[in-house]
Amino acid sequence: MAVVSIREALNQAMDEEMTRDERVFLMGEEVAQYNGAYKVSQGLLQKFGPRRIIDTPIAEAGFAGVGIGAAMVGLRPIVEFMTWNFSLVAYDQIVNHAAKMLSMSGGHFHVPIVFRGPGGAAHNLGATHSQALESIYAHIPGLKVVMPSNPRDAKGLLKTAIRDDNPIIFIESEVMYGEKGEIPDGEYTIPLGVGEILREGTDVTVVSWSKILQHVTVKAVQRLAEEGISVELIDPRTIKPMDWELIFASVRKTNRLVIVEEGWPFAGVGAQIVDEVQKHCFDDLDAPVERVTQEDVPLPYAHNLEVSSLPNIQRVIRAVRKAMYLD
Amino acid sequence: MATKILMPKLSDTMTEGLILKWLKAEGEKVKQGEILVEIESDKADMELEAYDSGLLRKIIVSQGGKAPIGAPIAVIAAADEDISALLTDVPPPGASKPQPATSPAAQAPAPATAPAALSVTPSPVVETGKAKASPLARRLAEENRIDLRRISGSGPQGRVIKRDLEPLISGKVPAAPVSATVPTGETKDVELSLIRKTIARRMQESKQTAPHFYVTMDVDMEPAMAFREQLNAVSAVKLSFTDLLVKACAATLLKHPNVNATYLGDRMRQFGEANIAVAVALEDGLVTPVLRNCERKGLFQINTELRDLVERARNRRLKAEEYQGATFTISNLGMFGVEDFVAIINPPEGAILAVGAILEAPVVRNGQIVVGHHMKMTLSSDHRIIDGAVAARFLQELKATLERPAQLLL
Repeated sequence: MAVVSIREALNQAMDEEMTRDERVFLMGEEVAQYNGAYKVSQGLLQKFGPRRIIDTPIAEAGFAGVGIGAAMVGLRPIVEFMTWNFSLVAYDQIVNHAAKMLSMSGGHFHVPIVFRGPGGAAHNLGATHSQALESIYAHIPGLKVVMPSNPRDAKGLLKTAIRDDNPIIFIESEVMYGEKGEIPDGEYTIPLGVGEILREGTDVTVVSWSKILQHVTVKAVQRLAEEGISVELIDPRTIKPMDWELIFASVRKTNRLVIVEEGWPFAGVGAQIVDEVQKHCFDDLDAPVERVTQEDVPLPYAHNLEVSSLPNIQRVIRAVRKAMYLD
Repeated sequence: MATKILMPKLSDTMTEGLILKWLKAEGEKVKQGEILVEIESDKADMELEAYDSGLLRKIIVSQGGKAPIGAPIAVIAAADEDISALLTDVPPPGASKPQPATSPAAQAPAPATAPAALSVTPSPVVETGKAKASPLARRLAEENRIDLRRISGSGPQGRVIKRDLEPLISGKVPAAPVSATVPTGETKDVELSLIRKTIARRMQESKQTAPHFYVTMDVDMEPAMAFREQLNAVSAVKLSFTDLLVKACAATLLKHPNVNATYLGDRMRQFGEANIAVAVALEDGLVTPVLRNCERKGLFQINTELRDLVERARNRRLKAEEYQGATFTISNLGMFGVEDFVAIINPPEGAILAVGAILEAPVVRNGQIVVGHHMKMTLSSDHRIIDGAVAARFLQELKATLERPAQLLL
């Protein structure tokens, strides 16, 4: 077991897959000569050369479209967005071309492409640069959405994503690139649509992913454990397809569910989880499902307002206690 | 024109009605005034007439089904009329949503002689009869045959949740061996009839809102017995003690307006008439048919009317106005040998008289101990409008009247 950062884990995944399959290439803003805005592509230009590690102009719609076209004719592009906020410029390409091509071409054109980059808020970047957009991509049929929360999953899931024949939305976190963890030695992949129970518990199921999971939920669960509340913590790892059976089985055991996510409340990923759970676990629920989300406002720039808008440990604890009828 | 038949409001306290029987089938012709359906309210079984002629196009609530007041139960229309628009807001079969108690009951027969008191009857709280429980608690209750309505929930607004059931479920022990010689009854949950639910709600409401107090008085019944015997000896109509009581109460009530009254928050309404209800036991409850204007009726008229009312009450054939609008109630358990008891006020009335049996007892008369007959009566009063002395004076006068019964003929 080696200990690596998420940045290194993603780098290894791309390195290994580009070595394994010469159709794989990376393009995006500053991925080549600058070694990536967050240094995820460190050393790849040197290793694979400018034909496979390509610096693009600041033109997301353009290079996303180039990537989709390349995928349609047999290559397996990785398109890096400097952040997912900038993908909104390429939203039409992703939603109307990448996601729909297989269906609208009558099955003729697969689009095996990975769009990846950091999502969510960092610190004081303002409303347009701080968005957790997983729900708007998960909403679109034809897209898969992957959100790793640790180096092991980042590497294993990215390798699987690159090998997948469908467009993948791979959302990282810019404040987590330096976070370290163990990864298995040698070649491994992690299948999409398989979640993980991070901590077994009996009182309440908590579902959370990515940065909020590691920075907020895990800490809240730790404090709840000190209070004697046994939380079963689930990291779905893939937002779509979601590992429903894992969540259902846990809710059937604990009878309570809290969902903690960075995104906004309305039509958020958590809302979808609530819907599936009420449908499949109705007779197992002992309390209404609680959600912790970002406030339903553009994220403020001011530090104090930013902090109070985002999910925090106190709000998670309150939600869990509410689901337990403790408040 | 197509018309919706709505569940009528058949009593003051009715919130929903049960369809006992449709006398017309779907597709059958209906003439205005014909009996369409029999409905069980919380008080009685009633027949509902058709208000329009046409075809009974659609029965929305079928026999055995329940509907809240004002909910459509059928549609009458011409044969070729499109009634789909009338059916769009019909709840799915089996749905029995409670209506606000103030919902209009357009087709309810208005009680012709209902006194103003009716309009001030406190709106009954709408009860769904359904316990508030989490889906899990509901499932556990069903699996373990627990009646959720008997559990007090610890969740918000009394929601029954898993932890409320756990002691009951885990506390289950295998049944101890039962002695073969002792027959053991079956424990079962019996759904309450509408009338039972109404009694439960109204008695609870009465005991919780009206501060009751009780005054008991003993009446020498020798004169009343002799009086009744004399009259019955010469009359074809045989008077009962209840007839005498009703008449005596009517006469007394008008002289004690606070007792013949109802509490209205910032004022009380004193009634100018003595509308006396008499409690009649039924198999699954009781009804209180009302004899109106007893102050104007003679003993024999009271006898005739009361006999008819009681009989129809037992057959559950009272009309709405016949069990509404009482200003005072008499409850008599004398026939069971009960010496005395206290009754719960029948809201919105101010008082109720509980009457025991006429019993033999030694009495001192002219310095001698002889066997006499006496009867105990207890007045339950709403202390918000009736004070102890008022109740005592009422009973004092009632006693005096019963002990000099000739004045009942005046």
